[in-house]
Amino acid sequence: MCLAIPAKVKSIEGHEGDVEVGGISRKASFMLTPEVMVGDYVLLHTGYAISIVDETEAKETLRLLEELAQQGAVYS
Amino acid sequence: MEFCGGHTFAILKNGIRDLLPSNLELVSGPGCPVCVTAISDLDKAIFLSHLPQTITTTFGDMVRVPGSHGSLASARVEGADVRIVYSTMDALDIAQENPQSQVIFVGIGFETTAPTIAASIVEAQRREIDNYHVLPLGKLCPPVMGALLKMGETKIDGIIGPGHVSTIIGSRPYEFIPREYGVPFVISGFEPLDILLAVEMLVEQIEEEDPKVEIAYRRGVKPEGNARAQQLMEEVFEVSNANWRGIGEIPRSGLSIREKFSHFDALKAYDIEPGLSREPKGCICGEILRGIKNPQDCRLFRRACTPENPVGPCMVSSEGSCAAYYRYGGEDG
Repeated sequence: MCLAIPAKVKSIEGHEGDVEVGGISRKASFMLTPEVMVGDYVLLHTGYAISIVDETEAKETLRLLEELAQQGAVYS
Repeated sequence: MEFCGGHTFAILKNGIRDLLPSNLELVSGPGCPVCVTAISDLDKAIFLSHLPQTITTTFGDMVRVPGSHGSLASARVEGADVRIVYSTMDALDIAQENPQSQVIFVGIGFETTAPTIAASIVEAQRREIDNYHVLPLGKLCPPVMGALLKMGETKIDGIIGPGHVSTIIGSRPYEFIPREYGVPFVISGFEPLDILLAVEMLVEQIEEEDPKVEIAYRRGVKPEGNARAQQLMEEVFEVSNANWRGIGEIPRSGLSIREKFSHFDALKAYDIEPGLSREPKGCICGEILRGIKNPQDCRLFRRACTPENPVGPCMVSSEGSCAAYYRYGGEDG
């Protein structure tokens, strides 16, 4: 339940906006990260951005996740 | 001990246990909010779901956990309106769209989730949504860690600390662990490499006999945590005693809704009388949560208790040890 995934902020309107996760757009709340800016990577937990991640670090995580997903596809 | 159920899953899924030398054992901890919810609290949620004109909203894992008499899923079969939501924002939207109904959110979660529940209450106030209530079942991680170390049932040489709980609270609230118990503590991310790094850092601390709190998940955790999230939690909740499944009541380990927001508190809005609670017979979930037994030690595991037909919450939750061992534990599991 404490799962959080990196997502890229696409738009912000007030305390809400759209983020992109693996090419899919979804709604997010920025109530816990009011300093967020478009283009930032955030950790998304149950629809809320709970922190802003360094972009280099977030890309590294996404790359690892993709790598794992591909391995999963090979073995399944 | 890896405290967090998310870590248990990553460890088993990626075969990390098999990579480690035989003198290094990883034990699952109680870091699964669904699993540690006391059955008497779950019974309250099930009781509420049966009330007329009520929509019960909850995170998915909670629905299938057996209570003393049925589950939220079986309540739904009996006609209760129980809806799975991805976010507290969805629960709030359901309340706004259904002004003729009372909407209850089953508010389980650790510090990662508690700010999102707090945010929904603040938002409900702002949007003047008065048919939204939260059953406050939030729990705090540092106190349960302290309680486990104090009980001393399991010899723990180091703790892999929870990643996203720490995103919120930072690394400082754990400092009593090395100081008072001499136990090394390293906060980890959830990739296999994150976990291996945390294990390596723990081993180094043990070898150097220099226990301290370190962060191996720097992209997600700052020592001070998320100040805004802490502020929201503080505004809406106050620390109270809480009941943990398998452990019992731990002082100052839970979150209650402050008087200021009591009109959103399901405990205040309803007379909740679910009757006497009883634990599922033969289920050793409580001992597994304390790290003194493994899922394989349970005689129900894989026989009477499976993900399709779970007896206890550890087999239901996506963070539960039994579910992780069932899926990824290999022949032993």
